[in-house]
Amino acid sequence: MKDQQSSDEDPGETLKRTLKAQLQRRKKRVLERSSAQGTHVDDYDDDDVEEISTVQQRSEDEGPSEKAADPDGLSRPPTGSLRGLSSRIQHTADSQHLDDFVTRRLEEKRRAARAKVENAQPQEVSPEPASRLQSLRDRDTVTRFDRAVDPERAGRQDVPPTLSTRVKFREVARRASKGVPTAEEAYNFFTFNFEPDPQEETEKISRKRKKQKKASEGGDEEGGEDDDEQEDAEVDEGNQDEHEDQSEEAPLVRDEEGDLFVIEQSSQDFLEVKKAEYIGYRKCIQQESELLFRPSFRTVPTSIKLPENMKPRFLEDEGLYAGERPPVSLTNENILENRILKTEEGKKWFGDDGRIMALPDPIKESSTRPPLFQMEEDVDPALHTVYRKAVKSKYAYLYIAGSADPEGDYQLDVDVSGLIFSHHPLFSREHVLGARLAQLYDQYLTRQHNNLTGHLTDKLNGSRIALRNMLNVHGSQSLTPVMQQRISEYSLEVRNTRQLRDSEQEKDRTLLKNIVKVWKELKAQRDLQKYTNTPFKLYLRRENVDRASDEREYEDEILAEVVELEAESEEDYQRKLAEYKTQLEEWKLWRRKQKSKKKKKKKKKKGQAQDETEEEDEDQEASESEGPVEEGHPKPEPPEKPDFDSIEQQVREKASRIRRKPGEAILIPELSASGNITASELCPRPETARREDVTRRSLFIKILYNDKEVSRTDSRSLNSDFKVHFGQIFNLKIVNCPQSISLQVFEEIGSSCSLLAQVYIPVPEPSVLTGNGTLEEFEFSSNQRVMFDHDGVGSDVPLSFEADGSNKQTLLTSGKLSCCVSWGIGEDDVPLAPPVSQQPGGLHSGLGRLDAVTYIGASGLYDMKKIGEWATQSRLDPNDPKNGSIMQLLKLASSGEVTAPEYFRLEQLQEEFNFVTDEELERSKRFRLLRLRSQEVAEFRNYKCVPALEREVTDKVFQEYERRLKEGEEIDTRDHLDPQRARKAKQHQKIREAVINRFILAKHHFLLSDLVIEEEIPSIGILGLNLFKLAEPKRPLKPQRKERKKVTAQNLSNGDIKLLVNIIRAYDVPVRRPQSGRPGQSSQTAIQGSDWLISQVQVRPFVEVSFQRTVLQTTTAEGPNPCWNEELQLPFSAPNGDYSTASLQSVKDEVFINIFDEVVYETGVTDKDKGKSIHTRVEKHWLGSVKIPFSTIYSQSRIDGTFKVNTPAVLLGYSKERSHGTNGGYDALRSLSEGAFITLFITIEPQLVPGETIREKFDSQEDEHLLQAAERFERDAARVYLDRPCITTVIDLNGKTVFITRYIKPLNPPQELLDAFPENSQEATALVARFVSLIPSLPDRVSFSGTCDLWSTCGEFLTLLAGDEEEHAVLLCNYFLSMGKKAWLIIGTAIPEGPTAYVLTYEQSRYLIWNPSSGQYYGQYDTFCPLQTVGSLVNADNVWLNIQEYTSPMTINFDVSKANLWKPFFSRSFTHPGLSSVQPEQLSYKRADKAAAADLQDSIEKILKEKIMEWRPRHPTRWNRYCTSTLKQFLPKLELSGGQDMAEGHRHELQSLLGDHRISGFPLHLPFSEIGPIIEAVHSTGVHNIQGSNVEFALAVYVHPYPNHVLSVWVYLASLVRT
Amino acid sequence: MATGNPSVFLLTVNGQIEGANFPEYDNLYCKYCFVYGHDWAPTSGLEEGITQITCKGSQSSHRLIWNFPLETTFKSTNPSGWPQLVVSVYGLDVFGNDVVRGYGVTHIPFTPGQHTRTIPMFVPEPTWRLQKFTSWLLGRRPEYTDPKVVAQGEGREVTRVRSQGFVTVSFHIMTKDMKKLGYDTGPSSPLNTPSATSGWSTEEQQYTT
Repeated sequence: MKDQQSSDEDPGETLKRTLKAQLQRRKKRVLERSSAQGTHVDDYDDDDVEEISTVQQRSEDEGPSEKAADPDGLSRPPTGSLRGLSSRIQHTADSQHLDDFVTRRLEEKRRAARAKVENAQPQEVSPEPASRLQSLRDRDTVTRFDRAVDPERAGRQDVPPTLSTRVKFREVARRASKGVPTAEEAYNFFTFNFEPDPQEETEKISRKRKKQKKASEGGDEEGGEDDDEQEDAEVDEGNQDEHEDQSEEAPLVRDEEGDLFVIEQSSQDFLEVKKAEYIGYRKCIQQESELLFRPSFRTVPTSIKLPENMKPRFLEDEGLYAGERPPVSLTNENILENRILKTEEGKKWFGDDGRIMALPDPIKESSTRPPLFQMEEDVDPALHTVYRKAVKSKYAYLYIAGSADPEGDYQLDVDVSGLIFSHHPLFSREHVLGARLAQLYDQYLTRQHNNLTGHLTDKLNGSRIALRNMLNVHGSQSLTPVMQQRISEYSLEVRNTRQLRDSEQEKDRTLLKNIVKVWKELKAQRDLQKYTNTPFKLYLRRENVDRASDEREYEDEILAEVVELEAESEEDYQRKLAEYKTQLEEWKLWRRKQKSKKKKKKKKKKGQAQDETEEEDEDQEASESEGPVEEGHPKPEPPEKPDFDSIEQQVREKASRIRRKPGEAILIPELSASGNITASELCPRPETARREDVTRRSLFIKILYNDKEVSRTDSRSLNSDFKVHFGQIFNLKIVNCPQSISLQVFEEIGSSCSLLAQVYIPVPEPSVLTGNGTLEEFEFSSNQRVMFDHDGVGSDVPLSFEADGSNKQTLLTSGKLSCCVSWGIGEDDVPLAPPVSQQPGGLHSGLGRLDAVTYIGASGLYDMKKIGEWATQSRLDPNDPKNGSIMQLLKLASSGEVTAPEYFRLEQLQEEFNFVTDEELERSKRFRLLRLRSQEVAEFRNYKCVPALEREVTDKVFQEYERRLKEGEEIDTRDHLDPQRARKAKQHQKIREAVINRFILAKHHFLLSDLVIEEEIPSIGILGLNLFKLAEPKRPLKPQRKERKKVTAQNLSNGDIKLLVNIIRAYDVPVRRPQSGRPGQSSQTAIQGSDWLISQVQVRPFVEVSFQRTVLQTTTAEGPNPCWNEELQLPFSAPNGDYSTASLQSVKDEVFINIFDEVVYETGVTDKDKGKSIHTRVEKHWLGSVKIPFSTIYSQSRIDGTFKVNTPAVLLGYSKERSHGTNGGYDALRSLSEGAFITLFITIEPQLVPGETIREKFDSQEDEHLLQAAERFERDAARVYLDRPCITTVIDLNGKTVFITRYIKPLNPPQELLDAFPENSQEATALVARFVSLIPSLPDRVSFSGTCDLWSTCGEFLTLLAGDEEEHAVLLCNYFLSMGKKAWLIIGTAIPEGPTAYVLTYEQSRYLIWNPSSGQYYGQYDTFCPLQTVGSLVNADNVWLNIQEYTSPMTINFDVSKANLWKPFFSRSFTHPGLSSVQPEQLSYKRADKAAAADLQDSIEKILKEKIMEWRPRHPTRWNRYCTSTLKQFLPKLELSGGQDMAEGHRHELQSLLGDHRISGFPLHLPFSEIGPIIEAVHSTGVHNIQGSNVEFALAVYVHPYPNHVLSVWVYLASLVRT
Repeated sequence: MATGNPSVFLLTVNGQIEGANFPEYDNLYCKYCFVYGHDWAPTSGLEEGITQITCKGSQSSHRLIWNFPLETTFKSTNPSGWPQLVVSVYGLDVFGNDVVRGYGVTHIPFTPGQHTRTIPMFVPEPTWRLQKFTSWLLGRRPEYTDPKVVAQGEGREVTRVRSQGFVTVSFHIMTKDMKKLGYDTGPSSPLNTPSATSGWSTEEQQYTT
């Protein structure tokens, strides 16, 4: 089968191939399907070819010899790959043809092989499981070859891998016999699957063997080629294995292959087989180059990176700050640059300097992460952090500049060579001497080395010669001054030099002598102790000299010196002589002067001879004055002549002392340590002990860098010669600036070690590098006192070498440490030293940039000079933005005008954080709106959707607000007819605002109960009560109203809230008066008696409820005691749709419950339908009303009770007379009160949560004890008696807590009122009550958003003219007190007000309860008294809590003196502290202003008339002037009588006037506050609703002025129908 | 829709209350509501909702899953008062009382895109121990007067709470016109953003030029 392929390039090959094509094709199909790599084959092919070619090339280069030598190595793919790679790079065009050739050949071979295998295939099909060879060797081949799957892979498709091993072996065997294997064989050999064979190893061996054989015979070219081929294949073999690894995922398919052949042949027939497409290598390369790009490593020339005709700029060179670039390796940068350049806009990535643009390194030097704090409280006590005061490390922040970047670490090499002790406590005496000797010898050597004496001698000689020459040259001539000068200089020089030389010579001589002396001592010591300890030996080498010449020199020297000295002394003498002469001259001069003086004196003496004594005195004086002068000027001594003989003598003496004698041999000492040391055995005991001690000791050295131990040497034992050698080098990588480097010498004895000494080593210059640094010796010493009992001399111990013990010396431990500190050298010979340029030199080892604070110290930061100094020292880069601020500062500082700021700015960055400037903030309407809203200004409190843009905010928004602001100054009199009122209202408004603002603040305080609903802990009592309740019998016939769930107001919207009004019944509704029709009839009672009951319906009342202009009415009932029991639902809408609690509380709307009488009139029967229908007209006549403010309903959440209907004083056509009751008992009960009553139940559905009152604890001027007691009192009261209101402290208008009794104080009522009824106190009392009730009532919760109850004083109340029930009650109470009544304030609950205050008086042995708001009083037993419960009583002295069983006024005893009924606040245990009143001393009143009242009256009338006409838009409104004027006359009378007892006469009068009119009307009485309520009241009566062609109206208004602008308004309204 | 100069911006919140992790409790349900400022108004979708009661599965994960969808659109003129999602979880205790298991709140994410929030939950603590016992006994645990309390900062200092578990909520946020009104909530962007795009956008995607 296979012999067909014996020759590779058989031309008939193609033919055979075609023959096999069919078979092949079929198989291919299967394989194409199965092989996962099928698609990649082409790509691989390309690579393969290339690979092979390179290998080929290499083998060409290296020749066959190498292959022969190393066949094994070649077979190893990794090496091959490496070489392939390297050769690849070198791949050049010249090997092109070779490649081509090889390629072609390979192709052919492959084809052949394929064909052959295909032939072989069908025979040898065996379902061999294809497991894989995964030897490590193959793993290693994961190199570039991996990708490169060889021709095999292409061929593999055709080769079923299931070729059995047998085939392979046969082949091998055949090949072995044949000798040279063909390419085919080689191919098969390497491509077939060997794995399953257990004999794999042998196979490999055989392969090797085969190769060796090949190598041996590889001679001819063919063979060589073949060999190459073989190698290729071998290389590929590795790949094949690789490939098998890869195809691991799909072994199944391959296994199946066999099966497919057998079973599914039919299916394969449908498959079309195509030849694998091969793309030529060239083409491949070409394609590849189109697709791929390999950036090169090479540096890109700058010219490419920059735009044309641009030179690179280097910003840093230009002085601009360039910043630091992040570190990137050069190679990577190059690759990146190359890559970027390849892109289209690549150049934009390059900066002006031709480098890639880069931002500074973003990595911070130090961690900015905040430290972790331990949150746990209960840490184990042992683990508690102990806080110590921070200790500032001196060096902590002294970083070396550039150490920030990672490469810039510096290294200090500390080379500790060793140390020698010059003295050690363990020295023996001999050691001491030896050390001294060594020291001296060292000195000697140093001196010798320096040879100072020689130098000086030479210099001296030179100077002398020069001097001599000069003298010789110029000797004869007269010397110029310059020459003289020079000569003197020279001679001076000579003299100095000579002196120096002499001293040096002397030192030399002494040193030598000392050496000899010490050596002698040493020897003596050795002799004495009979052993030697030190190896020192001193040799004195004699150097003989030529005696004659030596002597001559000596003499010359002496001579020269003598001459010089003589000259010097001569010169000296001359100078002294000259000095002497001048001094002498001076002296003589002076002498003469003295003499002349004396002469003068003597002459004087002669002239004044008479007075002897005087003369004598004077003489004495003169002598005295002369004396000191004589002493001051001694006669100068002439200088001695120099003694020249003695000079020579001296010179010789000196010479003999300091110089070697002429002819004496020169002694050169030589110290050697070659001597023997006596062995320890031979020594006496103390010495042995010492030596033992020495051996026990060892030394080590600690290296401290910046006072921190960084390293330490090994411990070395002390030698007997007291030298320690360490020889260790420590490399210190440093970050901090080196401040100090020190070495500490420690001595160890056994385990204990002690510090001997510390040596500071200077920080080396940056130029001192490890190579050139020299070892230096540093001396150290220690003053430790050490004494031994053995021969050791110790330290700091006096020691004498003399026999007599004199001349004691004290030796301290000392020594020399030899070490070397230098900057290290990095791997690439880069010195690891800080840059020299940054070293400012000097003592500030300012390596690099210093930290300013460390350098100057924090306190110095204000010192400009210091900062400047630091800036120059640390060489700040002025262009570095980091330093910008400092530079600025320095610039300012240097300009000299800046002094350190006097202030300290807390928010220096505030400017930058400002959102906009303040002006802008002011100007912007939007911001203003937002601000006002957040300030919770009333108009904007719940403003929704502030526009997003400035321009959308209209000015309209602010109009109202601005108007309000403006109104602060000017008063709008439009709503307020009375300017006085208006002012009051404004004032009230202001107070209100202040209070509201205060409460808005307070509202932001929360209590737990505001936020969290928590069940109260049930007490035993409540639990028991609940248990009892369980046992309570159910009473289905007595239903009770159940508590409903409360709803928070937030989620509500319009229409959700309904007001439920349940109108149950009414009592004593006024009844119609029979229509007599006859004017002037007087006997009414007669008619009443006869046909009243029978003929006529008394009244047909119905109830109309109006609220927020919604009107609902009940059905009509009959009779004066109607029962409706109807429920009316009225919708409620909050103002602005704001259902917040605050908003709801301030709703001022009132619920009007009006009782009407439905009257049906028969009108005439029209002609058309005569007899068929009766036309009637229904009229409703107002009978009375009840007003209940919504705020009351809201705060009470339900109102349940019987109310007195507010009926007009006069009700035309109706009689208030009680119907003739049959039930007398009931009558008796009602007898005390008059008027109609109505029973109502009002509530809100759903139940709203009423606004919370503020529990803010306000500041107070009250005593703390009192406040506490008050709180306790109230708390106790609330606990025991839930339903009894008890107030002890109240809040005044200023928001301060005031004790309630302070409000009660007798105050004078207006005198006018008292004067009105001087004789009738009863009347006066009623009038006062009326006055109080006329002050308009304004609930606090309305005026102050329901936040709290404010109590104003009576003065304030009268000023504001508006107040709550409390104010009324207090005022009334105070008036009563001043009128001499016993009066108390009742704190209780009433309907409809809820918690309120009434006034209790005790008159004529009965208690009266006054309703201050209405001015009415009730007896204690009045059933219809609105006061329901009495909680507590207050008067000026005390507060009493009702502790009786019942609370209803009818059932309690008002006698407060009974302690078992009333619990007093101030008792014996807590006495009244004498609280002063908050009320004013006296109230002053303005007199009633009648004119103003008249004006008001007119305007009210006008307005009302307009309103009524307005309400009747479709009907003409006619006014009956006559009636109006009549009514007007009635009204003052009504006012006078207080609305009482006027009905009869009044009605008669009217009726007589308007005989032919059916008249129905009534007067309304209101306290005046504003016009609005009056209009509302008029509207609610519904008079205007009367429709009829012939209806006329009459309206009269009367305003009665009371003092202090309290006004009573009467409106008489009547409708007239002509009958 | 495509108005040149919008006066409001819109925020659409889609997402779901995925579930919760309350290790100790089971049979929980969840109420949610949005709390937002004065300048916000919901335009569509539910503002409040209540989920089904869920039990823990028997599988290893002890999470409670609700997968309750949220879908609301807000309009606003002002980012102040950005909507917050208030979540309160309730469940039955051993006596069968309905008690609160946790309150939690999270702001609706600002940036468009998908977000997942894990909200830690807490409940108010009884003021003292006896109360704790009785509240447990009576099944009347302390509750906030209004779950919305947790969305406000005011007055919280008076309460003490205990942490309870976690609720996971996922959001998909879209905004419209925020950028036009000058509010840039997207990631920091290059300058060359397209000038005007109308309609909905998850404003991030504009920059992928």
